[in-house]
Amino acid sequence: MLPQIKRKPKLAVWKFASCSGCQLSLLDCEDDLLSVAGAVEIANLPEVSRTMAKGPYDISLVEGSITTPAALEHVQEVRHNSKYVVTIGACAMSGGIQALRNFKDVREFTRIVYAQPEYISTLEKSTPISDHIKVDYELAGCPVSKEQLIEVISALITGRTPEIPTSSLCLECKRRGVVCVMSAHGTPCLGPVTRAGCGALCPSYNRGCYGCYGPKERANTASLSKHWSQLGATEEQIVRVFRGCNANAAPFKKESEAHEHH
Amino acid sequence: MNTTRTIRVDNLTRVEGEGALYVKIKDDLVENVQLKIYEPPRFFEAFLRGRHYEEVPDITARICGICPIAYQVTAVQAMEDAFGLKVDDQIRALRKLIYCGEWIESHVLHVFMLHAPDFLGYADAIEMAKDHPEIVQRSLQMKKVGNQIVTLLGGREIHPINLRVGGFYKVPEKKDFAQLAERLKWAREAALESVGWAASLPFPNFEQSYEFVALDYPGEYPLNEGRVVSNKGLNIGVHEYDDHFIEEQVPYSNALHARLKERGSYFVGPLARYNLAFERLSPIAKEAARAAGLGATCLNPFQSIIVRAVEILHACDEALRLIDEYEVPNQPSLKVEPRPSIGHSASEAPRGILYHRYELDEQGLILDATIIPPTSQNQSIIEKDLKYFVEQHLNLPKEELTWKCEQAIRNYDPCISCATHFLRLEIERES
Repeated sequence: MLPQIKRKPKLAVWKFASCSGCQLSLLDCEDDLLSVAGAVEIANLPEVSRTMAKGPYDISLVEGSITTPAALEHVQEVRHNSKYVVTIGACAMSGGIQALRNFKDVREFTRIVYAQPEYISTLEKSTPISDHIKVDYELAGCPVSKEQLIEVISALITGRTPEIPTSSLCLECKRRGVVCVMSAHGTPCLGPVTRAGCGALCPSYNRGCYGCYGPKERANTASLSKHWSQLGATEEQIVRVFRGCNANAAPFKKESEAHEHH
Repeated sequence: MNTTRTIRVDNLTRVEGEGALYVKIKDDLVENVQLKIYEPPRFFEAFLRGRHYEEVPDITARICGICPIAYQVTAVQAMEDAFGLKVDDQIRALRKLIYCGEWIESHVLHVFMLHAPDFLGYADAIEMAKDHPEIVQRSLQMKKVGNQIVTLLGGREIHPINLRVGGFYKVPEKKDFAQLAERLKWAREAALESVGWAASLPFPNFEQSYEFVALDYPGEYPLNEGRVVSNKGLNIGVHEYDDHFIEEQVPYSNALHARLKERGSYFVGPLARYNLAFERLSPIAKEAARAAGLGATCLNPFQSIIVRAVEILHACDEALRLIDEYEVPNQPSLKVEPRPSIGHSASEAPRGILYHRYELDEQGLILDATIIPPTSQNQSIIEKDLKYFVEQHLNLPKEELTWKCEQAIRNYDPCISCATHFLRLEIERES
C-alpha cells in the first residue's frame, strides 16, 4: 500500500532509449486522456507540451533503457526529484530491444562500425532503470497495456497497490477460450513462461507468443525449451526467441545463453 | 557594429524523441543552424544481422511507437521482393487499410496535439482543450478511429502482431468491419470539417523552392509502394535508391543526413505527396483542399497542417473504399521459400518515404540491413527552412522567434527516435 498523495499530484514522463511507444500509450487512452490530465498536474511531458515545470514530482513515469553516459547522470536526477518512480515498458524494466547489443561480441560488433567515433557516445550495454536507481513499481510490456497504465496511475493517486496480474499468458488464453497454439497446432509459443497482460494477443491471431511482456515469476524456461525442441525448433531458433524485447531479463538471458554454445 | 545573437532550444518539445536547436546569427545573417539530435543511438541494423526473416517485422516495429506499421509493411514487402513473392490483391488491400489507420492516428496526433497549439498560442493540447474542448475531444475520437483500424487488423495499436512476410497471421471476415465502417463515416465527416478548420489558422508568408520526393504508383495516391519520383526529374525504381541517395554523418547529430547525390537536400512527407500526386487524392479530399483555398501545389511548409488534414480525409475515404471492396483472401499468407537474395521496398510513412533493403542467405537469415527513415531525409531541409525563416524575421522578439523556429521544425513532424535508429556504434566503456 502506497501512502496517498494529498494535493493534485505532479506527473512527469521521462524518456531514455526507446521508441516512445509506452508514453504514446498514454495518449492512446483517447477516452480517458482528458480526465487523467484533469486528475494530475502534467509537469513534464515534452513530447506533448512546451511547459516543463521544475521538480520535485510526485510520480515519474520512466520509459526507455540506459544506454548513454549522459543517461547515467540524468536517471539519478529523476530519482532525486521524484517521490515515486514507475518504469513503463520492457526497455525500462529489462533493457528492452536495445539489450540485443549486450550479447554481441564487441569485436564482431566493431567490425560493422563505421561512424566517426568522436561524434557519438554510447554505452556497451543497455540496462534497466532498476540497475541504477530504486524503482517503486515496474509495468511490463512492449508496449505497456494502456489499461494497466491507467490502473497504475489511478492506484498511485488514490494510494492503493496497483492490481496487475503476475500469472502466465496461458491463463489468459484459457480465460479467453483461445485454443492452445502449441498443443493444437504444434506452433512454438513463449506463453507458458511469459507474463500475462496483453490478453493473449498472439495466440488469438494463430501465432505463438514472442514474449513482449517478459518472464513471469518462476518461469520454467528450460522445460519450455525442451518442449520446443520436441516440436522441431533448432537451438539457434531457441536462442533467437529468447532474444527479443526482453533479452536481458534474467530468465530469458540465462535460457538463450544455455543454448548458444551447443 | 558587429552583433552576434543565438537562438537555442535545448529540449525540443512536441516532437517525438530528443532533439535540440541551435541558430547563430551574425549581423543580419544566419551563420549556422544545427538541428541537434541527441536521442541515444539505437543500432537496429546491427541487431537485424543473423535474425530470421520472420522475426524482422517484430523487430523493426520497435524502431517507432508512432509508425510501427510503416516499418512492418516496408520490411515484409522488402522480404517478399527478395523471395520473389507477389501477394494476393486482398492482402495488398488489407495492408493499405492498416496503413490508412496509421496515417489517421499519426496525422491526427500531429495536427491537433503537436502542431495546432503553435498556431493558436498554447503550450499544449491540454491547455488548448480548455478554450476549444470540442476540437480536442473530436480529434481524440478521430485518432481513436485510426487506432481501431490498426487494432482490428494488427491486434493492437502499438507494435501490432498480425503482419508477416507473405500476408497476415489471421485475416478478418467481411462482417468484422461493420462497426468500424460506421465510425469511419463519422471520422470522414470530422476530417472534412478539420480541413476547413486547419485552413482558418494564421500562416506566415513563407514559400520556398524545394525538390519534393514521393512514391509514384499508377492510379493511387502514394502509400505502400511505387517508383521514387521528384518534381525535378527523378524517376527511379526502388532498387536504384542507393545509386541516387547518400547518407552523411554530421558532427552535432546522432542521426545521419540523407541527400540526393546530384542535387543535395530534398523534401519528403505530406507536402511532397500532395504536390506530386494531388490529382490522385480521393475526390472528396481534392474538393476539400480546393474549398480550403489550397491549389494543386503548396510551397509553404507551415501549411502542411492543412495538407495533413486533407490526407486524414483521404485516408478515411480510402479506408472506407477498401472495406467496401474487401473479399476474404483465399489464404491469410503465402508460403515463403527463402533463397539467397537482396530485397528492397519503400513506402510512405506518415512523415514520408521509408526505405528498407535486406540481404538474406539461403535459410532466410539477414546478412545485411539498411533502413532510411523520413526524418533523416528531411533534416537538411529543416535546417535550410530555419535559416531563411530566421533571416526574414530577425525583427521578432527573441522569445517569439524561438517559438516560431520550433513551429518551423514541427512543420515536418520529425520523428527523432526513427532518425537515430540506424547509427552505427562506437563504444564507450563504463569504468
